[in-house]
Amino acid sequence: MATKKSNTLKLKFDSARKLAPAPESKSAAKIDPQYDLFINGKFEKPLSKKYFATINPATEEKISVVAEANSADVNKAVGAARNAYEKVWKKMPARERAKYIYRIARMVQERAREFAIIETLDGGKPIRESRDFDVPTAANHFFYYAGWADKLEYAFPNRNAVPMGVAGQIIPWNFPLLMAAWKIAPALATGNTVVLKPAETTPLTALKLAEIIQEADLPPGVVNIITGAGATGAAIVNHPDVNKIAFTGSTDVGKIIQRAIAGTNKKATLELGGKAANIIFDDAPLDQAVEGVINGIFFNQGHVCCAGSRLYVQESVYKDVVRKLKDRIETLIVGDPIDKNTDIGAINSKAQLETINKYIKIGLQEGAEMHQSSCSVPGKGFFCRPTLFTNVAQSNRIAQEEIFGPVLAIQSFRTDDEVIEKANNSAYGLSAGVWTDKGSKIFNMTTKMRAGVVWANTFNKFDPTSPFGGYKESGYGREGGVHGLNAYVNIV
Amino acid sequence: MIPDFSAPVHIDQVGVEERASRFTKRSIKNESKLNGLMLALNMIDLTTLEGKDTDGKVKQLCYKAQHLHDAYPGLPTVAAICVYPSMVKTAKAALGNSGIKVASVATAFPSGQAPRDVKIRDTKYAVQNGADEIDMVISRGKFLQGEYNFVFDEIAAIKEACGPANGGARLKVILETGELVTYDKVRKASDIAMYAGADFIKTSTGKISPAATMPVTLVMLEAIRDFYYKTGKKIAMKPAGGISKAKAALHYLVMLNEVLGEEWMNNEWFRFGASSLANDILMQLMKQRTGVYQAANYFSID
Repeated sequence: MATKKSNTLKLKFDSARKLAPAPESKSAAKIDPQYDLFINGKFEKPLSKKYFATINPATEEKISVVAEANSADVNKAVGAARNAYEKVWKKMPARERAKYIYRIARMVQERAREFAIIETLDGGKPIRESRDFDVPTAANHFFYYAGWADKLEYAFPNRNAVPMGVAGQIIPWNFPLLMAAWKIAPALATGNTVVLKPAETTPLTALKLAEIIQEADLPPGVVNIITGAGATGAAIVNHPDVNKIAFTGSTDVGKIIQRAIAGTNKKATLELGGKAANIIFDDAPLDQAVEGVINGIFFNQGHVCCAGSRLYVQESVYKDVVRKLKDRIETLIVGDPIDKNTDIGAINSKAQLETINKYIKIGLQEGAEMHQSSCSVPGKGFFCRPTLFTNVAQSNRIAQEEIFGPVLAIQSFRTDDEVIEKANNSAYGLSAGVWTDKGSKIFNMTTKMRAGVVWANTFNKFDPTSPFGGYKESGYGREGGVHGLNAYVNIV
Repeated sequence: MIPDFSAPVHIDQVGVEERASRFTKRSIKNESKLNGLMLALNMIDLTTLEGKDTDGKVKQLCYKAQHLHDAYPGLPTVAAICVYPSMVKTAKAALGNSGIKVASVATAFPSGQAPRDVKIRDTKYAVQNGADEIDMVISRGKFLQGEYNFVFDEIAAIKEACGPANGGARLKVILETGELVTYDKVRKASDIAMYAGADFIKTSTGKISPAATMPVTLVMLEAIRDFYYKTGKKIAMKPAGGISKAKAALHYLVMLNEVLGEEWMNNEWFRFGASSLANDILMQLMKQRTGVYQAANYFSID
């Protein structure tokens, strides 16, 4: 038996990454050259008269131009939403409201392929994810909340839940359609009207959703979708006739919003950043844990607020786990997101790629050891290789700050108490993951982790019936499930 | 060093099945598909394991192995013919110097319910008749009783019977995963087989349902990978039974390529135990070449 020294052994995965191209057909999606603001059931030219381009981050080519709403446009949208709320939506029987939401859900399903393609072209995420995750989950959210609309008395037994009024909703660029669904579906089910602003780098699927809403004959003004950047968002937050702000995005902007609405009567839910701890104990199913860690950090290029970006591995299995992770990232296919075989697509924007690269540099300066996949990346577009950092200290910035990219910081630990302390030693508290074969350990960990979601032996699982939200700087309020209704009603 | 086989192993069923299904999401097109189909064809152990097998039937199969579909020039042959010990001599003569191996099941296949000396005799008979590979079954009853040392010793004894003293054959160890049921047990049996001297680990006899599945094969491939890193020794893999479609074979190859890498992507290190897979692959190859599917009638059954 020819035995080599095991530290020189290495599996070779070059051929695993070199599959013939299998692109999804771009022509199956219709994208207009220009999009206006969706206000009061119609697409209207912006009062600002300004437009901005949205690009495909995988090719840096312009896909379309969209309107930039100024405060006059915001005022018009809020006015339409207020009017629809007072005259139509709040008076409509809940059963009728449900039918509209159900219709939207069905139409999203019917046009799933088109949504998936546009989501991938505009945002850079792999078509496999937009096809298998984003679009079906978005449809599920509409279905789920359609069901709640006429059953609010069961959600709030012996109480009277009334809608808040006009909800201003600002959503991020990482899950554009899904976040729109998370925000719009519960708001409509509880009888509110909506002014929604998608992120400036990924406005197209929200505008496609506007087309569906128009086709679904939703009464004009119930949902208004306006595009723009930070100033547009600020105008929504500061508009005096908005009753509720729902925001998903960065912690910095979340703080600005909180300051802006202090002293007003506006309610808010904020879903902000995260730096989730993923914890592998020595009695964990290691190969499945490694797969979960990969999914936890590289799903959607790591642009996930609940990404498992800190990995803690018990020292007795540390070497094995790191070796398995290194092998696994060699088989991840980085490339054109429209190819069905791509695992890691394009970074959403140039600015985000710069942020990620800045943190990679910081990690190296802090003395951590970097390991990247040996794969090649396309010459054009914004791409980042899957990156692991070992030899990371708890005090390193790459272990404390949210990077929002495919970068994993790995540390080891010895005892349960130690890892609980380290995992909770974070400004954030959105999610966490625990990997062990022992049921009692799972329950011990989940009760002690200060995080909104704790996954056991899995990661990044989402379902409309399950609430989602954070502790500490990860924000407050819950979305999804029966809890998600709370955020859009006043109990009287 | 031989590990303690009574220690618990940890495999998460949900995680394994999720990972296995992920391989099926790969879209294999054009030249990747063509290469994959050719490779799969070349990895087949063309099998006939029936009570009614005769010399005539085995000879026909051996001819088919060398001439899969003469209408398509340049096709590879299959890797091996898999038969009962009594047919080894016939197969060996029919295959001549074609390079196609003769594999023989042995050790009271498929149940393995016989005393050890009978199993050793069975194995020696096949090897001495010229078998290049021996497909043995483990004693599942003993394994499920927790008699891991018994199973280990038995494999080691059969390995010895396959040794150069009797002619020399590579040993495939059939775990019969359909009778082990859980992934934990599949992993444990894989480890025992590899440490006891298996050259191949193989899922199934084909006589028990379920036979090979992607998750089971994944667990075994991961066992091979961990064993390789520990010992530096490469072990080959053979899923058998239940893989009858070209598309499924491509999924297995994707999985192999992403778990063990390109060094395993040949018939020395990977086999498909199958009888009807070859014709489905031939049908797909003809479709790739001509653009249309041909009816099953155009492909010889054996």
